[in-house]
This record gives sequence, C-alpha cells and structure tokens, in this order.
Amino acid sequence: MRRLLKIYMEKPELAGIVFLLVLGTIFQIQSGGVFLNAQNVQGILGLLPEMALVAIGVTLLMICGEFDLSVGSVFALCPMVMGVLLADGVSFWLAFPAGLGAALLVGLTNGIITIRFNIPSFITTLGMLFVARSATVVISGGFPPMIPQGAMPRDAFVAFVGPGDMFRMSFLWFLAVAILVSLLLGRTNFGNWVRATGGFLPAAQSMGIPTARVKIACFMLCSLLAGFAGTIQVMRLGAPLPSIGEGLELQAVAAAVIGGTALTGGIGTILGGIIGAVLIRVIDNGLVLSRVDADWFKMALGGLTIFAVIVNAWLRKKARAMKVETNT
Amino acid sequence: MSGDAIIEVRDLHKWYSGVHALKGVSLDIRRGEALGLVGDNGAGKSTLINILSGTQQPDGGSISFEGRKVQFGNPRDAMDAGIETIYQYNSMVPTMSIARNMFIGREPLKASIFGVGVMDRRRMAEEAMQALRDVDLHLRSPDALVGELSGGQRQGVAIARAMHFKSKVMILDEPTNHLAVKETEKVLGFIKSLKAMGITAIFISHNIHHVFDCTDRIVAMALGEVVLDKRVEDTSMDEVLDVL
Repeated sequence: MRRLLKIYMEKPELAGIVFLLVLGTIFQIQSGGVFLNAQNVQGILGLLPEMALVAIGVTLLMICGEFDLSVGSVFALCPMVMGVLLADGVSFWLAFPAGLGAALLVGLTNGIITIRFNIPSFITTLGMLFVARSATVVISGGFPPMIPQGAMPRDAFVAFVGPGDMFRMSFLWFLAVAILVSLLLGRTNFGNWVRATGGFLPAAQSMGIPTARVKIACFMLCSLLAGFAGTIQVMRLGAPLPSIGEGLELQAVAAAVIGGTALTGGIGTILGGIIGAVLIRVIDNGLVLSRVDADWFKMALGGLTIFAVIVNAWLRKKARAMKVETNT
Repeated sequence: MSGDAIIEVRDLHKWYSGVHALKGVSLDIRRGEALGLVGDNGAGKSTLINILSGTQQPDGGSISFEGRKVQFGNPRDAMDAGIETIYQYNSMVPTMSIARNMFIGREPLKASIFGVGVMDRRRMAEEAMQALRDVDLHLRSPDALVGELSGGQRQGVAIARAMHFKSKVMILDEPTNHLAVKETEKVLGFIKSLKAMGITAIFISHNIHHVFDCTDRIVAMALGEVVLDKRVEDTSMDEVLDVL
C-alpha cells in the first residue's frame, strides 16, 4: 500500500491531473453544465493541439536538460516560409517541407551554438526568439502573403471529423505525435539517453553517450513540432500572420512545468506536458464560461504555474522521505 | 614479465595548456592483479585514468591492451575493449531506475533502425536483478530510482554493471569517498572479490589504508611521474607516504 502510494506520488504528472480534475469540476458547476457539453469540449479540443504540440517539444527538450524560448517565433516562421512560397505559386508539397526545414534549421542552429560555445540554451534561444521573429516579418514584408484559394489541403489538417464533428483533424495529428514522442522517450534507447543526458550529464558522458548529438536532436525535434503547430494554426486561420505565437514560448514552459517537468532536467513526462497544456486551455475557456473578465487569464496561469511547482516539489520530497525497504 | 601484462603503458605524455601533467609514464598492469594507484592532487593519477578510460587522449606515448596497440577516442571505445571505470559520483543517473542505469548506452534492443530502437525492458529488468545478485547485492526492484540507494549500494550497482558487461579491467576512482564506514567495508569487499573472478582492478584512493587493505601492488605518482612501484609486501605505508 505504502509502496503503491510512493510510486504514485513520484509520478511527476500527478499534481497536474489533480488540478485538472478540480478545475474541471469547479468550471462545470460554475457554468451550470456548459463547460462539459459537446460544443464547448469541441471548442477546447479544436484549439488544444496547436499549443500542446509546442508543449510536447518543449517538455522533451527540458527533460534533456535544455531550454527553448524560440518556439513562439518558430511557430510563426515555419508557416510564413510556407505561405510566402505558396503565394509565389509553389506547390504545397514543396512549400510545406520547406517550412518544416526552416524550423529544423533553427533547432539545429540553437543546438550547435549552445553546445559549441558552451553557453546556456536560455541565452541562445532568447537571441533566436528575436532573430526568427524578425526573419518572419522580413520575408513577409510586413503583410500576410495572399495564399491562393485551395493551395493548402486544409481537410487533412483542420477539418472537423469524428462523431458529431467532435474533433478537428489537427487533434488526430496531435494524438499521433504525442504517442510517438512518448514511446520515443519511454521505450527506446534514445529516450534512455535523453533522460541520462538531462538527469546527470557527467554520467551520460562517462557511459559513452553522444550527449551533444542527443541534445541537438532534441532541439531540432522541439523546433519541428513548434513549426508544425504554427502551420496547423495558419491552416485553421487561412493566412499566416507574422505575429502569431507571441508569448507561446512561455506558455509552453508553463505547461511543461505544471505537468511536473523539472527545470534542471531528467525529470518529467510527455503526458505531463500535455496535461499542462490542457490545463491552460481549460483555464482560458473556463474563465470565459464563468464570465470572469478575460484579463484575469494570465493571473490564473501565473498563479497555477508557481503553485504547481511548489506542490510538485513537496510531493517529491514527501515521496522520497517515505522509506520503503530497498533490500529484500 | 611483460608477457602476462594486460595493459602496457609506454612513455605517456599529456599537457594541459602549458602544464606537463604526465611526464613519460610507463607502467605494466598484470592480468588479474589488483593495483593501487596513489598520489597527491595534481600528481597525474586522474589524467592517467582518464586516458585509460577514453575520456582524454594522450599527447604522446602508447597504450597496449592484451598485446595490441590501442587508441581510445571516447569512453565507449574503452568499454568495448573491456575497460570499465567506476567514478565516485559520475557513473549513475540518480533520476533513473536501476535497470535503466545498468544499460545506459548499451540497451538491449528488440528492433532498431540507424541505432535507435525499442528497448527490451523485460530483459533489462531480469538481467539487472541477476547482475545484482551476482555481486551479492539484494535489492527489491529493478525499477527503484538510483537516487534512493545509499552510496555503497550505488557503487555496488556500478560494479554489478561492469561485471555484467564482462569487463576485464575495472578502474575504481575514489569509490569509497563520502561513504560511511560500513559501506566502505562493503565496497572494499567488492574490490577484493574481483581477484577471485580474475578481473584486473586499478584502485585509486586518497586513503592509503584502503589501498594497502585490498591491493597486491602499489604505484605512487608525484608531479606527473611514477615515483614508486612495489608489491605490497615489499613496502610500507611510511615508505609510500615518504615519496608522495
């Protein structure tokens, strides 16, 4: 029993799950049952993937012991590259990979600079936040490019599907990515190296793990997911605005942290990051339904982030103090 | 005598930005012996160990392993050859389970493409427990986090890992630092048991009592050179302390 309790208390996403249940209940009562009705859930699930995809990448990178503040800018840059090419009449099947390629290039640059010059990724990616945002504005010329009608296969990414049109296609893409990245982290040797690299770098190095390459791969995956998420948003909106994704980098970090990811690396789960993202969407939506002034959203988000980390730290300490026999 | 040497170090040099850390070190390490390496901070013993374990590369000289010239470009090369190093802290990730720690970098895979693949977790759990039992360490679960083990248990897991991968030479770099007395006894016991299993041990410690307790031969280093190389029974603690 005690053993079981300890195992659950050590799950980093536990606090996030509890918050989600509590807030869900409160909003459901407050809104008189509107919160969980089909239409509202459809609204939450329709917007969720865009943020949750970014949160998945940021969570993975944080578990690897690094940090990415440039995801919000990549979120705009990737679809802008695609949009500019589409406006020039380039086919989607070239423009879409070109956009994702730009995202990968940003990730590669972040990784190489961080490792080659041995500087904190906080600084590298803070710089990249400005660089990528500026690049987005420059290539767009300040105006959203005119994407020809039907140039994007929107059906494959944002159309409503499922019983009662419950989901958008983007939700299925998100589910597939979430499962793949979770398996990558939890079941593959690469995942083991990511955790070791973020958990204790000297040990990973002394066991012969190519830690530089592992980190660069995580930077690239993080950027790729941010770019993909931005592309989905642009397909939903129909035009790439140079300003989308501003502030998203901090929401993604908040999602990861609320979901139990440690800033120091090594601790966290993809599921936790997703739960954090769901929580942020739920707060956003629930406050509106409860007729609370929308200006309170950031206050709630900020409060929850700090509170979640305190609760997580407390749980971890309690679980550790709970002595169970390690010897048989 | 060089016929039964498992490692032959010849005229090894290493500079660190102007500092001559190893000044032509030559050393034979015989198969199956337990060698104690002592020396003050900056004597060059860590540099020598880092070169043998592949973390650093020498600027001059050569190393032969089992009669063949070798050059270790990284720790993995040394591990693949059969040289495993156990550091005082550096060999385990506290936030990961015992089973995952055992196989870091050498995970058994069910299927893989380009070196990335799905881990065989059942095999990892079973082999981890077996490896622990083999060094007489009885832990309840391979899923326990290494961070929850005592210092002595952690060193036990590291040693079990080295045994599991059939290493021929085990380098133990200050494995008893910061351990309680009882834990230290246990780790010294591990080191003594290596001999019976035919594993060559290189034991580095500040504590000269520990070195005398469990090795056959003492090599003392000072200022980048070997200053004493004698069998334990031919020397004394006073003599070793004198040359340091």
